[in-house]
Amino acid sequence: MYDIRNLSKVYNHRKEPVFALRDVTWKVEPGSFTAITGPSGSGKTTLLLSLGGLIQPSSGKLHYGDLDLYRLPANRLAEFRNRSIGFVLQTFNLVPYLSALENVMLPMIAPGRKGSNPADRATSLLGDLGLSDRMDFLPRELSVGQQQRVAIARALANDPDVILADEPTGNLDPALSDEILNILEKLNAEQGKTIVMVTHSPRAAGRAGTALKLAEGRIEA
Amino acid sequence: MSFNKNTVVFRELKQRKGRLFSGLLAITLGIAVIVAIQSITEASRQVIAGKLDLLGANIQILPQGASVDDYYSADIDAPTFPGEYVDRITASMLPGIDNLSPKLTRKVKVGENAVVLTGILPRNELAAKPVWQTSELMGAGPALTCAPSKGKESTLTEEDRKAERKAVEALGESEAWAGSLVAQKMAIRQGSTLDIQGMSFTVTHVLPETGTVDDNRVFAHLRSVQKLLGVGNQVSNIEIMGCCNEISEGLLGKLRNILPDTRIMTIGHIVNTQIETNRLMSRVTVVLLFLIVLVGSISIGNYVWANVEERRKEIGTLIAIGWDRKGIYRLFLQKSILLGVAGGLLGYLLGTVAAIILGPYLAGLAIEPVFSYLLWSLFIAVLIAFLGSCYPVYRAARLDPAVIMQEI
Repeated sequence: MYDIRNLSKVYNHRKEPVFALRDVTWKVEPGSFTAITGPSGSGKTTLLLSLGGLIQPSSGKLHYGDLDLYRLPANRLAEFRNRSIGFVLQTFNLVPYLSALENVMLPMIAPGRKGSNPADRATSLLGDLGLSDRMDFLPRELSVGQQQRVAIARALANDPDVILADEPTGNLDPALSDEILNILEKLNAEQGKTIVMVTHSPRAAGRAGTALKLAEGRIEA
Repeated sequence: MSFNKNTVVFRELKQRKGRLFSGLLAITLGIAVIVAIQSITEASRQVIAGKLDLLGANIQILPQGASVDDYYSADIDAPTFPGEYVDRITASMLPGIDNLSPKLTRKVKVGENAVVLTGILPRNELAAKPVWQTSELMGAGPALTCAPSKGKESTLTEEDRKAERKAVEALGESEAWAGSLVAQKMAIRQGSTLDIQGMSFTVTHVLPETGTVDDNRVFAHLRSVQKLLGVGNQVSNIEIMGCCNEISEGLLGKLRNILPDTRIMTIGHIVNTQIETNRLMSRVTVVLLFLIVLVGSISIGNYVWANVEERRKEIGTLIAIGWDRKGIYRLFLQKSILLGVAGGLLGYLLGTVAAIILGPYLAGLAIEPVFSYLLWSLFIAVLIAFLGSCYPVYRAARLDPAVIMQEI
């Protein structure tokens, strides 16, 4: 699915080069559930966002199937994110003035998108995640667990092949973390979604099928 | 209601009402000031234009080198110019010329009395002399040309008017009108006969007293006077009723271009005052407009900038879920334009109401709404909103979602 070769990302900090990723070569198989672990600043999130088409690498190649992602024009890259990727983030990133249902519909009304019945799809997704009675609630009216479930529903809105999760349990207590990890496992097992999850938590990493450890921007053996 | 991109804009506006109010206030007040000033200026312009109309002709075209004294004294050797100049002005289609009244004036002897004989085109002369129009000569009030007619509507039908005008408009070759003083002095009455240099004229009307030089004149048809004096198609002067707005916008210069060998003057004091007033108000409006566009744009820019900063996380999320830059531009610009439309509409209403209330106190004028200002208000307000939000919106669409996500 993903074929990453010699991927590097260098930032300039006060005219000094800082490597976020160094020569990362890695393949992500379709239907896999991978946890990316490593200390803070090891390049986990940079790698995840690169997979999502959000960080232009400094060098190397990143293919998604036949697509050379970073050779795509900006609008095609946006379309790729919209159709093929679902993001789940640590802080949920729900739009505060939209209801749970409307938040889930957001990817379905992106420019250039002509999906039919976004409300039906969003209702069904929220129902599957046990939020049928919370659809008209604003994010602030929901518990953190419920907010993360709305974020997962939003990530699934356009039925993407890949879920990219950045510390999805980072703000949750162990019980809620298990709940979210159960959902991700189920999506992987039952719907064949490819899941790449960044986590600090060994417990969460243990739920993934494979693990990739980063240190100072390199993959550790 | 179906959920779409417009819903996102409206929900966000509703969410942050306080900031919306402050952004809207800047545009609304700016537009209101402009509309109020313009409404009062426009009313003042119309009142003065109406007064100028009542004065009659306000532009004099005299031969080069002639003075107004020459015209009034009507000396035998007073210079003249070709009557074709009237056609030249007519053919030019210059806007703001309501009536052309060519004249040929000379002192002549009628018996033992010296009188000033003035050749006129009766229809044009009537139009140029509102005082004659108000007399029993016409029966109806003066027709204002620059300013819209107000007050009582005449009960006369068009047919009645035509019948009344017919008598005076049809000044025959051997007919004359006598000014009130000359008629008194020479005991002229309607039906009297005047023998002028061998030509006989029947007086069909004794004109009402006007308090002007016309009271001492005898009027006959221009063609008859030209024939009598043997001057061909020459005339002494052309009087023009020009709209004061056009005069202030350079009508005299345009006339000078058409008739370079003539002397063109206005009823100086009144017209100059109006010209100066119009210019001053135009300048004030332009300066205010500039300031309002500047201040309004800065204010809207500030509001949108703050809004972009406040919504960084949201923008990053939208980009991550597949919204492109165009979608982000649209999200913010649509909001700014809505703000502009609302500000323009409210500003127009507030400015018009303020002008209607304050006009009678500030300028002694009754103000009426000028509906065309609504379109201008909307245009200027949307322009302000657009200009102000351009850079912040550009910046919003250029935000790096990866940076935003790692800020969290």
